[in-house]
Amino acid sequence: MTEVMVRRFINIGERTNVTGSAKFKKLILNGDFGAAIEVAREQVENGAQILDVNMDEGLLDSEAAMVTFLKLIAAEPDIARIPVMVDSSKWSIIEAGLKCLAGKGIVNSISMKEGEEIFLHQARTIMRYGAAAVVMAFDEEGQADTAARKISICERAYKLLTGIGFPPEDIIFDPNVFAVATGIEEHDNYGVDFIEATREIVKRCPHAHISGGVSNLSFSFRGNEPVRRAMHSVFLYHAIQAGMDMGIVNAGQLDVYENIDSELREACEDVVMNRVPANSNLSPTERLLEIADRFKGGEAAVKVAAEWRGWPVQKRLEHALVMGLDADVVSDTEEARHLFARPIEVIEGPLMAGMNVVGDLFGAGKMFLPQVVKSARVMKKAVAHLLPYIEAEKSAGSSSKGKIIMATVKGDVHDIGKNIVGVVLQCHNFEVVDLGVMVPFQTILQAANDHGADMIGLSGLITPSLDEMVTVAKEMQRAGMTMPLLIGGATTSRVHTALRIAPAYAGPVVHVLDASRAVGVAGTLVSDTLRDDFVAQTAVDYELARARHGRGQSKLASLEAVRANAFHPDFEAHPPVQPAWTGVRTIDDVSVADLVPYIDWTPFFRAWELAGQYPALLDDEVVGAQCRELFADAQEMLAKIVDEKWLTPRGVLAIWPARREGDDVVLFGDEARGEALARLPFLRQQVAKREGRPNSCLADFVHPEADWLGGFAVCCGEGIEPRLAQFKAEHDDYQDILLKALADRLAEAFAEYLHARLRREFWGYGADENLSNEDLIKERYSGIRPAPGYPACPEHSLKSVLFELMDVEKRAAITLTDSFAMWPTAAVSGFYFAHPQSHYFGVARVGPDQLAEYATRRGVSLEQAETWLRPNLD
Amino acid sequence: MTIADDLRSAAASRILIKDGPYGTAIHGLGLEEADYLGGLELNRDQKGNNDILNITRPEAIRGVAQSYVDAGADILATNTFNANRISQADYGAEHMVREINLAAAAIIRDVVDRASAVDGRQRFVAGSLGPTNKTLSLSPKVEDPGFREVDFDGVKRVYREQIDALLEGGVDFILIETVFDTLNAKAAAFAAAEAGDARGAEVPVMLSMTLTDLSGRNLSGQTVEAFWHSIRHVKPVAVGLNCSFGATELRPHVVALAGAADTLIQVYPNAGLPNDLGEYDELPETTAKLIDGWAQEGLINIVGGCCGTTPAHIAAMARAVAGRPPRDVPGKGAMLRLSGLEAASFAA
Repeated sequence: MTEVMVRRFINIGERTNVTGSAKFKKLILNGDFGAAIEVAREQVENGAQILDVNMDEGLLDSEAAMVTFLKLIAAEPDIARIPVMVDSSKWSIIEAGLKCLAGKGIVNSISMKEGEEIFLHQARTIMRYGAAAVVMAFDEEGQADTAARKISICERAYKLLTGIGFPPEDIIFDPNVFAVATGIEEHDNYGVDFIEATREIVKRCPHAHISGGVSNLSFSFRGNEPVRRAMHSVFLYHAIQAGMDMGIVNAGQLDVYENIDSELREACEDVVMNRVPANSNLSPTERLLEIADRFKGGEAAVKVAAEWRGWPVQKRLEHALVMGLDADVVSDTEEARHLFARPIEVIEGPLMAGMNVVGDLFGAGKMFLPQVVKSARVMKKAVAHLLPYIEAEKSAGSSSKGKIIMATVKGDVHDIGKNIVGVVLQCHNFEVVDLGVMVPFQTILQAANDHGADMIGLSGLITPSLDEMVTVAKEMQRAGMTMPLLIGGATTSRVHTALRIAPAYAGPVVHVLDASRAVGVAGTLVSDTLRDDFVAQTAVDYELARARHGRGQSKLASLEAVRANAFHPDFEAHPPVQPAWTGVRTIDDVSVADLVPYIDWTPFFRAWELAGQYPALLDDEVVGAQCRELFADAQEMLAKIVDEKWLTPRGVLAIWPARREGDDVVLFGDEARGEALARLPFLRQQVAKREGRPNSCLADFVHPEADWLGGFAVCCGEGIEPRLAQFKAEHDDYQDILLKALADRLAEAFAEYLHARLRREFWGYGADENLSNEDLIKERYSGIRPAPGYPACPEHSLKSVLFELMDVEKRAAITLTDSFAMWPTAAVSGFYFAHPQSHYFGVARVGPDQLAEYATRRGVSLEQAETWLRPNLD
Repeated sequence: MTIADDLRSAAASRILIKDGPYGTAIHGLGLEEADYLGGLELNRDQKGNNDILNITRPEAIRGVAQSYVDAGADILATNTFNANRISQADYGAEHMVREINLAAAAIIRDVVDRASAVDGRQRFVAGSLGPTNKTLSLSPKVEDPGFREVDFDGVKRVYREQIDALLEGGVDFILIETVFDTLNAKAAAFAAAEAGDARGAEVPVMLSMTLTDLSGRNLSGQTVEAFWHSIRHVKPVAVGLNCSFGATELRPHVVALAGAADTLIQVYPNAGLPNDLGEYDELPETTAKLIDGWAQEGLINIVGGCCGTTPAHIAAMARAVAGRPPRDVPGKGAMLRLSGLEAASFAA
């Protein structure tokens, strides 16, 4: 069609209509809804903007078929994307359909056939459901055939509808497309009647639309598709010019008007417009009949398979999983089965790889839940195909990998995530006993015993569920259970699991990030060879998480008591080292290339929700391939950042003469340590400690008489904005996130780099150290660089003191927001403590006595201090 | 003047303040099973059934509402998010639905009327309708995507029962909030319209969508604009977003809705994103500053708080937006506005 036509015309997909498509009718009659859905998908792929669904067939329970089909396509995001037209001649079917539409669709159709009262009742009901309506040019007398009747009926309906508040823009008139060229003379003008009526209705009924079932027009040329296509295109060409703006046409079966053979086109024009053919004494109908056979069967109806069907099978499986396409998944799975030694490898290889892509896309907000559910369905189908082969391969007995009890905990009713995990686990041959939602611990423990379960999986979405999970863990402990406990759900986290749940239960407790990881975790836990290592590793990880977080359940001691239990560095063995230089200096002689060797890649992957240690991650069975791909992309961008100088590292470094006064570190302008430049109040750990464990405070690491303290602020965000703006303009979220993640890593690398120079050069206390990057990441050097806002120094506002002292805004172009966040965000700032025994720790909880004293030391109101320290207060 | 006109007229001159959540406030009270159950004879544990507290601990609910009034709220919602037959069935309290809603409406009506009697400022009561925990658009059975646990008429009936009791209890509006499935919301709005037929007066409705992912879709997969197209026929007094995320993450979607909707925009975000322990720690000043950013951009007419916000957050918001002009409600020309999961507009 021409550009004008495309722009103004709304395509309605008509193939999901049992009255218009023999193929679709057969599928529905056979109950093959899976294939019927593919028909709908094809319509959308072919450019239908609205999907017409009609189930009017005598042999069918049409209402049930309508409802089933609409519910099924609601689960197909790439179909449900577009509005639905509920098409039936029976009102009850229409209403049943409307009850299934979350969106605003169109009713097709209502009319005044049975009088005004019923017409208006139906219109009011449609308004309540929130839909537009096709109104047939049909009244008590019958269907309108002439232009005059079409116009008068539509105008009457328009007045009635707008009279009850029906929005005029939601009215779509169908002035009836009838067949032309039937050989009956009265039919010859039907095309013209429609077109002329359209022209007039549009004038008389502002904002209303005109639609029509175009295929009716060519009814007498059934079997001659080329002629029918030409007739449709010619008719639309004229009707659209008259004001028709919507039509039930097979979007894939229209010709481009200009490309129609000129002889055929002219014959069609004569028929549609009821014109006397030029250079012929035949009637328009006779003329078209005369030439029609020549155009019949020109093209083979070979449907070219979509491009992806030509891809390698692994890629096809991934595509099918991501797109949720299950039509070919069984044959593709079968093909893949022959490529692997064992059928299970198809699951663990391409299928899980595909599901991981799904999981990551979902995590990144690029897929949404219905799609994931659909992917799970494709997965299940593929697995179902493989199961008999897997079974056959097995020696005997153990049909299931393991048995897992799953439940959404008491007080919580959210179960979608749990259901997905359940399905994925079942796909992987786990036996899942799903206890549902709001499950009290008694039921969970009982079920675990009754079923001889291998593990329990708990899920929850709302915050109180976290407490309930702790209760379940405690009860499992009390019951003397030893089976693993898996924790999942939106508000759960590794940290919460480590801090609150794991300590309550002596058996293995594992936080499972998402459904795609569940299989790996569950599989490891039932593996004789992998289990013990994994459990031990998880326990260590959680111990570290607890240590890092430092927020225990233990009691707080008084400030006085914890001060008495301070950390005492051995200043005799390691006296403060006099720095080579003191003062403040701008660091602008650093290039990104200098920083690259200092990058710690593990947090980079964590930023992409790829958990694990670099470089082991690159060989990870599950995420390795993706990590490698991501890593390659990162390297490529990093090379550009270096070569094209995208980012300019800039920083500030300072070393001040200092000394400790209580829990404060006081800074001075010179070695005389006379008038103080500033006073930095630090917080002390206040949780009651075991005998022999100190209550640390950063000030402990500074000598009470003569010592030095460093400060730094570094940034790798300069130059980033134009690049981000460019990515944004190109809608390239991936590059956008990649660059931000790299800039963050570079800023951290800068801090590490500067710390190394400080030790070797500026301060010089570590002049002879020789450490690899791994040593640096593992912090195998002396001295620490804690940052305000991090566990050892949780109070963010110290950044403002640091920034002022070093004039950071001017020297390094980093600014602080009101809540002490740094801008650009790819920035790091903190203090350098040089003593070899200085170490990182978490201040964790702070008592009211320390809070009040801190407020005084910091020179702010109690309320202010309370606000700043809220996360550390009980 | 109808109550809807009163609200529009109040919203014409300033940004109105909605209250904060009951859940967070109640959680802070540390109530135990005995507090929830009160003297009721129910067979299941009630701890967590915040709606039953309208009956068993009315003074606690009154206290929460009063704290929001004191913080400056103009619109107070009832504590009835789960006071419907579907949600109460989980607590074996489905027979209490009418009583809970009557009690809840009466408490807030009284708090609001007393406050207005003192200072003469008009305040509004919105009867809260949660989404229930069943969805009309999604199948809970992965292997059977055509399955539904509930049907439209059933959900409509459930909402009708709640709406009738709320209206009888004296609420001004029906607030259909935290809409994760637009079809559930359409059933609720349908029920409200039918309740209006029965009472012989239109029941004004507010709708508030919740997003489940950062790309800006609700659980049933609709975009913000598609949601608006789907419920515009209800002619809501206000439409908006709540819960989902903090104000930072919500902003692009507020922008989208404010651009599309020709009615008042009401947004009540969470206090940021939950931390690793599932707690909200965004400070009142921080939330208020973000909200004030919206106000300065002319995006909002009504603001309040959802999960994790406290009376201090509401008070900070009220201070921040005081004197800021409200969003101008744009006029929208005639278009055929349809939707599937995405919005589709056609010139008319």
